[in-house]
Amino acid sequence: MIQLRAVTKSYRRRQVLTDVSLRLRKGEIAFLTGPSGAGKTTLLRLIHMQTMPTSGEVRVSRFSSTRIKRRELPQLRRRVGFVFQDFRLLENLTAAENVAFALECTGTPRAKIGSRVQKLLSQVGLAARAGSYPRELSGGERQRVAIARALATEPLILLADEPTGNLDHRASAGVFDLFQTINASGTSVIMATHDSELVRRHPEIRVIELENGTVVFDTNTDASA
Amino acid sequence: MRSVRQAASGIRRAPLLSGLSIASIGVSLFIVGIFGVTGYNIDQALSGAESRVEIVAYLQDGVDEELVGLSTAEIEGYPEVEGVTYVSKVEALFRASNELEEFSDVFSDLEVNPLPASLVIQLRDHARTPTDAERVAQRLTGYAFVEEVQYGREWVDRLFQVRRIVGGGALLLGAGFAIGAVLLIGIAVRMAILARRQEISIMKTIGATDAYIRRPFLVEGLFAGLLGGIVALLLTWGSYRIVDGTLLPLAWIPEWWIGVGLLLATLLGVLAAARAVRIELKKIDVF
Repeated sequence: MIQLRAVTKSYRRRQVLTDVSLRLRKGEIAFLTGPSGAGKTTLLRLIHMQTMPTSGEVRVSRFSSTRIKRRELPQLRRRVGFVFQDFRLLENLTAAENVAFALECTGTPRAKIGSRVQKLLSQVGLAARAGSYPRELSGGERQRVAIARALATEPLILLADEPTGNLDHRASAGVFDLFQTINASGTSVIMATHDSELVRRHPEIRVIELENGTVVFDTNTDASA
Repeated sequence: MRSVRQAASGIRRAPLLSGLSIASIGVSLFIVGIFGVTGYNIDQALSGAESRVEIVAYLQDGVDEELVGLSTAEIEGYPEVEGVTYVSKVEALFRASNELEEFSDVFSDLEVNPLPASLVIQLRDHARTPTDAERVAQRLTGYAFVEEVQYGREWVDRLFQVRRIVGGGALLLGAGFAIGAVLLIGIAVRMAILARRQEISIMKTIGATDAYIRRPFLVEGLFAGLLGGIVALLLTWGSYRIVDGTLLPLAWIPEWWIGVGLLLATLLGVLAAARAVRIELKKIDVF
């Protein structure tokens, strides 16, 4: 599903990732941990192909960073959902409209959008808040809207960059439960997090730890490339 | 529909800039329009003048009339030639004394007719140009009995020169203003893109295609171009009415010229927007 082979990424002269190799199977869930500046966000951005490796190869589904064309990027991105720490919702649109926006952008027929939005909001437990604007929602609720938006294209993989970073303990737990439910339905999930408590509470979940741009710890070593 | 809605909101967001870009397309095409009306009217005048373009081949004295008759038939066969009229020495003198009445006494007192016989050659419609007239004149000088050939060359050349200057002026000034319009539309579209930066970034994250992201901006350019074209048309029409009513009677340009002008304006708007979008969207990455 996802495979990184000897990936190195440099920005100007600064090397952010060095010789990273790892593999994530279909339907797998993993924490991506490590201190700030360890390269977690860069790793997620490489999988989403927002940026390309300086050397090495990133493969996601049938797409390879060495061969992908610019016009193929939208197809890849529809298979890989992305959730941000700061939600990135459009403030002038309601929860339902934010989700509908994603469906519109990716060519869902107009007639189907209404029912799809309802289904997605129900999936994240927010059907009752469909008409609320982001400013009227709590942090946890906003993140759920963002997750519903990311699920709009029915991705095979969900990448989350510190999705609980701005949430209190209860909201974090709720959002994480949601990720687990999504994963249980077959979507692979990689969640970058600082929350060591959350990681500790889920020993059954694979942990990939980065430090200074290299993988220093992976609980699933046999699956590495 | 989404593209049209968003394009309209783009124009509403920066009304001054959108207004300026529409106005600049309007002004640039207005200049072209004014030159167009002028050029068209010169053309009309020229086609009248051209029909009077004729070539006169003066013949040597004492030339064999039978030979001239044979050559006349040959000249009539030229693809550029409509017809040939033979004017004898006597006829030339008769015409001269009629046309120049003040000298009629002088002409009647002459013992020897000094005027040469001539062949007057009318050209066909399509051949009434300086190059065709010159070509026919050249061929006529090849006949041994032809003394001299005249075809009012300078006059024809000058008329064509005026038309060329008008055409060139329209092109040059129009192009100058068009470049200004392209830049202004570019700035307006860039502002619209900046205002929707976050939205575009989310679209890219979700997997919207570049074409989908670009479309509303291209529609905005199309609107600006079309509106600019309409402004130009109104200005040109207004100016035409004023001049036609006060200074001199003018003909209005043909409808298909207006169609081409509006199409050109619209195209200008779309191309300017496409250029700005191509440059600007590259700068916006997914977050």
